[in-house]
Amino acid sequence: MRNKGGLISSLLVMLFVFFFSSAIAYSASEQFKGKIYDPGMLKPVDSRTKLKTGMPAPSFTLPSLTGETISLAYYRGKKNVVLSFVPAAWTPVCSDQWPGYNILKDVFDKNDAVLLGITVDNLPTLNAWTKEMGDLWFPVLSDFWPHGAVSKKYGVLRSSGVSERALFIIDKKGIIRYFDVHDINKRPPLETLVRELEKLNK
Amino acid sequence: MMKKFLYGLIMVVSVLAFVQAISAAGRTPSTGEPFPDVSLAMPEKALQKEYLGLKGSGSFRLSQIKAELLIIEIFSMYCPYCQKEAPNVNELYRIISGRDDIKDKIRIIGIGAGNTPLEVDVFRKKYAVEFPLFSDESFSVHTATGGVRTPYFFVIRTRAGEPGVIVYSNVGTLHDPGQFLDLIMKKSSLKQE
Repeated sequence: MRNKGGLISSLLVMLFVFFFSSAIAYSASEQFKGKIYDPGMLKPVDSRTKLKTGMPAPSFTLPSLTGETISLAYYRGKKNVVLSFVPAAWTPVCSDQWPGYNILKDVFDKNDAVLLGITVDNLPTLNAWTKEMGDLWFPVLSDFWPHGAVSKKYGVLRSSGVSERALFIIDKKGIIRYFDVHDINKRPPLETLVRELEKLNK
Repeated sequence: MMKKFLYGLIMVVSVLAFVQAISAAGRTPSTGEPFPDVSLAMPEKALQKEYLGLKGSGSFRLSQIKAELLIIEIFSMYCPYCQKEAPNVNELYRIISGRDDIKDKIRIIGIGAGNTPLEVDVFRKKYAVEFPLFSDESFSVHTATGGVRTPYFFVIRTRAGEPGVIVYSNVGTLHDPGQFLDLIMKKSSLKQE
């Protein structure tokens, strides 16, 4: 009987491998050569945010790559803000999400929005990593110390200490209008982001 | 009896898992091997259909493209290297289109690995790409080519109705587009008139 239990569990493991071995969905840019660290398939979401659309976005101030300190409050009454939390430098999916946004400045401009990229990495790591992406038009913020404090405030800090792959759209009044805590293994489709941005000024 | 059945099932599932793991990771086909005859969505624009010698709607297979040599770029809107390389590939397209001896024989297409139709469109507009670009949202072509890094170029000697054979491939830059063209024509022994 015990033997049978063992058989069934190994069968389940096999089935798991069978279904999930094909689910890895990313392409790596030659830009990063072989330097991308592949953590394999991760638990899609590993946190629970208490935030809801219609709530005020939690305030924060973080250091950015240019040396400036950036506060969310600065944009109040001036610009809509898109926060793009990505889990970690030098990992798949993350390494191409921002280069994609980097050729979308006109879409953000058209919707009177700025983009703020945030990870829990420290500035030197972010510097080396984002240099591979070319010149980014948007600020890159480091939520390194106290570790992941802003990610935690937004309810998107995973148990491993990195943030989720999450997008928050905050309007000029500082209200959260949309958010998506996405499957960490996949890139959020651009269609959704553009559609939500276009809703802002209606 | 039950035990035998379970052992059998485990064997079958293990084999399946193994095959699946191999094909998911895939292997990149190299020179001399056929390029998978993948299916793509029919372009909407009449000019692009005409460029590829296609008719109808729905989807088509690579082997239906009318060309002697087909250059396929596996790219992504999100890939910084592809962004940097875009003007170079456009230049290659421009050189080929300007040469009467080869302009009807060589075709270029781009396949956006994991890119949605909007993402492909953003890339096309940003870099004013004139040759046809296709969305591979499910990564199926990308997977069939072994999950290559992008951009990746395959040059295929086509054969009517059959999968074409790869005569050249490389990852990263084409370097000088003119020299690249000379090289692939030599490799494919495409006749210059």
